[in-house]
Amino acid sequence: MITQTRSPAVSSAVRPIRQDAWWVGPLITVVVVVVFAVYAVWAAAQGTNYRVEPYLSPFYSPVLGEGWWTLSPAFLVIWIPLGFRLTCYYFRKTYYRSFFGDPPACALPERRGASYTGESRFPFILQNLHRYFLYLAILLVVVHWYETIQAFVFDGRFGIGLGTLFLLAEAVLLSGYVFSCHSFRHLVGGCLDCYSHSALGRARHRVWSRVSLMNERHHLYFWASLIAVWAADLYVRLLASGAIGDPRIIF
Amino acid sequence: MEEAILRVFRGDSNGGEERIYRVPLKPGMVVLDAIHYIQAHYDADLAVRWNCKAARCGSCSAEVNGRPRLMCKTRLDEFRGTDVRVYPLKTFPLIKDLVTDVSWNYQVARQIPPFTHKEPEGKPFIVHQVDVERAQEFHKCIECFLCQNVCHVLRDHEGQSAYFGPRSMVKIASLEMHPKDVLDRTGLLREKGGIAYCNITKCCEDLCPEEIHITDNAIIPLKERVADKYYDPLRALLRSLAPSRRREEST
Repeated sequence: MITQTRSPAVSSAVRPIRQDAWWVGPLITVVVVVVFAVYAVWAAAQGTNYRVEPYLSPFYSPVLGEGWWTLSPAFLVIWIPLGFRLTCYYFRKTYYRSFFGDPPACALPERRGASYTGESRFPFILQNLHRYFLYLAILLVVVHWYETIQAFVFDGRFGIGLGTLFLLAEAVLLSGYVFSCHSFRHLVGGCLDCYSHSALGRARHRVWSRVSLMNERHHLYFWASLIAVWAADLYVRLLASGAIGDPRIIF
Repeated sequence: MEEAILRVFRGDSNGGEERIYRVPLKPGMVVLDAIHYIQAHYDADLAVRWNCKAARCGSCSAEVNGRPRLMCKTRLDEFRGTDVRVYPLKTFPLIKDLVTDVSWNYQVARQIPPFTHKEPEGKPFIVHQVDVERAQEFHKCIECFLCQNVCHVLRDHEGQSAYFGPRSMVKIASLEMHPKDVLDRTGLLREKGGIAYCNITKCCEDLCPEEIHITDNAIIPLKERVADKYYDPLRALLRSLAPSRRREEST
C-alpha cells in the first residue's frame, strides 16, 4: 500500500476554518433525536394506553406476547425499527456527524487521528446487518398496513376517524422509508451488472429505477416517518387515556 | 473601483505565510481570475495549477475560506464584505504555494485491476443503455481530487495506508457495474481498498463539482456488494443453489 507524508508547511493553526453556521444541522438533529428517543423509551415502557378500538399504536404493532410476556409488549417489537433506523445508511451519516463529530461537518478538523477504524471493527461492523433489519421491517410494514385497514372499521361499519388518518399517514410514510432504503434498492436490481441479459432483468431495472427515485428522498422519508410514528402513538395514547375524543365519520 | 482582499498562502514544504493582495473586482470574476491578476501585477512566481478555467480539467482545486473548491467555479462576489483566504489542499503534500502533489491518487489507481472481459462466444454482445447508464455517471469524474481531499479518513485520520478514497471507489464502481467486466473486486474493496473505513458522511458527494452521487450511487452499492459476499450467509446459500454469472477474484 502506498503512503504519503503530509507536509507540515501549512499548520492547522494557520489554515482557515469555514465560518458558516455548519453547527445548526447537527444541533437540530441531536435535539430531535434525543427528544424522540426519550419519548419512545417512555411510551414503550408504559405498556398501557396503546390500544383503543379500532386503533393500535405503531410502537406496539403487532401486539406479541399476550399471556406470557410480563413486560410491555412494545419491547418485543420495537427493536426491529430501532435496528433498522440505527443501521440505515442515511441515519448513519447523520449520527456520525451529529453525535460522534466524525466529521462534525465537511472540511472541519477532527482530533481522533490514526485511531479511526470506521466501520471495519466492532461495534460499527454490525452496520452490515442492515439488510436483515430490512427484511424484518418489510414484514412490519405489512402488519402496519393490516392495522391501518382495521382502523377503517368501526363496530363492523366502514368509517374514517382522525385516528385513521394518523395511522394511514404513518403507514404511507413508513412504507416510503422502508422501500426507498439503499439495501432494498440493491436487492431489487442494484446487485445486477447486466439488466438486458438477466432473468427478469428489464423488470428489475424498472423497479430499481423507481426505487432509485424514491431513494433520492430517503432522508425526507426518514424524518417524516419518525414524526408520523410519534404523532400516531401520541394520538392513540391521548385517546385511550380519555384526554381527547376522536372525531369520525361512519358510513 | 470595488476591491477584493485576497489572503493567499505562499510557501513550500519548509513552511510559509499568508500574503495579502488587493484585486480590483469585475463582474463575474472567479477566484482563479484573482490569482491570475496577482501573478500579472504583484507576484509572478505565485504557483498555481490550472488549465481550462471551465471546470473541465480539475486542476485548480484549492481551499477557499476553509472549503475545498475549484477556483475557476468560485465567484468572488460570493464573499462580499469578507476577505478571501486561498490555501492549498490539506490532504496532499505541499509543493509550492497553491500546488500540491496529488500523485498518490494515481499510484492508488494503478492498484485497481482494469476492465477485464472474456472473448465473446457465439453472437456479439450488444451493449444496451440500461446496462451502462450507471457507469456513465461515474465517467463524468474530472479527477479534481476534491473528494479525496475532503474525505475525513484521508484528511484527518491519515488513512492513506488503509483506504483508497472516494475517487477510487467511483472508479471501482464503474468497473464492477460494467455488464462485460468479469473480475470480482469485492475482496480488494474489503482488504486493501478499505471500504469499511468510509462511514458514508457524504462530504465527497456534497463537494463534487460534477455532482456525481459518489456515496449513494458508488460507495453504498459497493458496500452492499461486499456485504453480499462477506456478511450475508443467506445470499451466499442462494448463490450456491442458483449460481449466476460467476466473477473471477481479482488479486
